[in-house]
Amino acid sequence: MSEHILPKRTYYTIFFILLFCTYLTVQVSYFDLGRFNAMAALIIAAFKATLVVLFFMHVKYSSRLIWAVAASGLFWLGLLLFITMADYLTRGWQPFGSV
Amino acid sequence: MLPEAVQHHTHPPALAHHFDNLEQQREAATLGMWTFLITEILFFGGLFMCYTLYRTWYPNAFEAGSHALLIWAGTTNTVVLITSSLTMALAVHAAQTGNRRLLVAFLIVTIVLGFAFLGIKSFEYYTEWVEQHVPGLNYKFEGPYAVQEQIFFSLYFVMTGLHALHMIIGIGIMAVMLWWSVRGIITTEYHNPIEIAGLYWHFVDIVWIFLFPLLYLIGRHANV
Repeated sequence: MSEHILPKRTYYTIFFILLFCTYLTVQVSYFDLGRFNAMAALIIAAFKATLVVLFFMHVKYSSRLIWAVAASGLFWLGLLLFITMADYLTRGWQPFGSV
Repeated sequence: MLPEAVQHHTHPPALAHHFDNLEQQREAATLGMWTFLITEILFFGGLFMCYTLYRTWYPNAFEAGSHALLIWAGTTNTVVLITSSLTMALAVHAAQTGNRRLLVAFLIVTIVLGFAFLGIKSFEYYTEWVEQHVPGLNYKFEGPYAVQEQIFFSLYFVMTGLHALHMIIGIGIMAVMLWWSVRGIITTEYHNPIEIAGLYWHFVDIVWIFLFPLLYLIGRHANV
């Protein structure tokens, strides 16, 4: 079988990076960064999720088909968030000419 | 010429006869699990959408609500889940390398950590009940955002509740995997079940990785 078996060391490394990121995100949340609080939290969360997907879920070593399927999940989620917010956030906009 | 029944079973025992080889069988199982996980992403995605919208509309209420949650419990649970993801990954590794004792041990640890998560979560729910933060059933919140606060707590209970349900199902799956491992059904050749059960477990971990900052951390900096 041409299955790719990762060394255990990789799993431990990812584990400690995830723990460190958890520590980081908790610490950062205590500082008042205005709107950047949410951004920092989401960037760290996205980074952690990426590590889990690539290494714990082996996507980095999977076929292109698996890559495409995993990425399509993200794509549809993006559509859901983007189009819905594009609707709600622009409902208050007035047409040209009306004040 | 062999009898038909014998011809029919010339493939290795781990290989279902509609697949060409073990590699193809493994790929099919992984692909199927990922397809299911996409539907799960969108299942939770609807709730994240709802959260994004109301958070945009009532940022102050969400910050105040976030401040009322138990941060130590959320942080501990994050660490518990990340650790369980590590033990799950190591269980898959043990299955791949054919170490049945380690496989059984890591599955047990994963299940124990799953229960630990649910235990801490239950304690949180109990605390929130005592503090009257349960909209509809037992709700009393002081402050200028008391009404909108109910939206935050409703989302909190639905999102963490749905996540907890996934944890319970995950523990059930792991119990079956444990049973199969002990029985010797899982072998070096046939460990797809462990691997795709692992994919599910890691997915549930990822959902929590996003829930934790969005629910617990967004209001930390505010002096509410």
